[in-house]
Amino acid sequence: MAKTYYLTTPLSSEDTRALKSGDIVYISGTIFTARDAAHKRLVELIEKGEELPFDIEGSVIYFVGPTPPKPGDPIGSAGPTTSYRMDSYSPIMLEHGSKGMIGKGKRSQEVKDACKMYDGIYFGATGGAGALLGKKIKSAEVIAYPELGPEAVRKLEVENFPVTVINDTYGNDLYQMGREMYEVK
Amino acid sequence: MREIEFDEVVKAVRNMIIHCGTDLPQDTYDALVVAMEEEKSHVSKEVIRQILENANIAKDEKRPLCQDTGLAVFFVKVGDEVKIKGGLLKDAINKGTEQGYTDAYLRASTCEPFSRANLKDTVGYNLPAIIHFDIVAGDKIDIEYAAKGGGSENVSRARVFPPAAGKEGIIEYVKEVISDAGGNPCPPITVGIGIGGTFEKAAISSKHALFRDIGSKNEDPEMDEMEQVILDEINNLGIGAMGMGGTKTALAVHIESNPCHIASLPVSVNVQCHSSRHTHITI
Repeated sequence: MAKTYYLTTPLSSEDTRALKSGDIVYISGTIFTARDAAHKRLVELIEKGEELPFDIEGSVIYFVGPTPPKPGDPIGSAGPTTSYRMDSYSPIMLEHGSKGMIGKGKRSQEVKDACKMYDGIYFGATGGAGALLGKKIKSAEVIAYPELGPEAVRKLEVENFPVTVINDTYGNDLYQMGREMYEVK
Repeated sequence: MREIEFDEVVKAVRNMIIHCGTDLPQDTYDALVVAMEEEKSHVSKEVIRQILENANIAKDEKRPLCQDTGLAVFFVKVGDEVKIKGGLLKDAINKGTEQGYTDAYLRASTCEPFSRANLKDTVGYNLPAIIHFDIVAGDKIDIEYAAKGGGSENVSRARVFPPAAGKEGIIEYVKEVISDAGGNPCPPITVGIGIGGTFEKAAISSKHALFRDIGSKNEDPEMDEMEQVILDEINNLGIGAMGMGGTKTALAVHIESNPCHIASLPVSVNVQCHSSRHTHITI
């Protein structure tokens, strides 16, 4: 039976090992945004042994390219983008201490294996719910690669950001489990 | 010859883009309400509830429904008795697109294919728009618009079959495309299918099929029946809302069929996410 958790970042292995595919989690605290272009640069820094623009230990990375904020708002609409484009980068991020990813859509076997090996979780947020999710973001600050526009790395403060556990640290996959339950053959 | 001011077109296009960015069309909203009621999976039901809550927030607070505010796609029917005064129709549509995306704080999502450099400062904010023109009789301009997101576009496919593939071959192909896509295109989806014509005619027809209101009937009874068959087959895949497992993977299947070459059976499948932002005006 799926459970509901309220977690604050950074996440520990103890936090992530308690979660199972299908659980609902409300995340609060600091999370970081990165899409394909930013991931490419972050992984290059890791490979060169250079410092990242944020502390990767226990970090949660949100795959998002928000709309520009309206005057007075910290951010515009900010729902998840499709995650498979980050598949080649995520295992390296997890290996170096990141504990969570928020996106939408299925991941590669390599990412699922890395979640098992490094206590990482892949969370799904509702795609296309950008107005609702944007309101859970209380502040946003570009901390790297401003030239990438919507794809720049942002530091976000979030409050009760709603996500579902897709891939847990035990090799489970909600997309497979859910589909098998409702497929009519 | 009727003359329409360049700026009148700019303003009309700007307004339809702003409206579409924040207000989910009624046909889509109504179809999602029914899907939520009928969905058997609690997880998927909750996802659709969030989608509807999102639509309410977006409309009330004038926030973009989704951060992917799409590439601007237009189907334009130009009457042969219309003249645009003060510029080209294409330029007016692009100018209205740029104004709408800028004024409503929508995202600029066009980029150069390889450097991936955003084109907002060079070509224009979210330009160029994708425009399909047709010339018809009359003194009006009819503009259909949709904001087309990338996630659902990325899973779309086209293929030219041998004629022997028939209806069954097409149904299997559509199932394969949607099955492989899983949750990536943000289900519950609408599936546009272009059949016949040539390679590009099928693709354009599959795009245009997505502009039809959800819940409307296909005028061709044979295609209407085929739409129902494919819809049931897709919903039996079990993908569910956002791929989390469920009975409502698609809201609708729309087919546009064209005569084709005796040697070919072209098919294109264009997928639309649940945020089906489309509208239509006549000037």
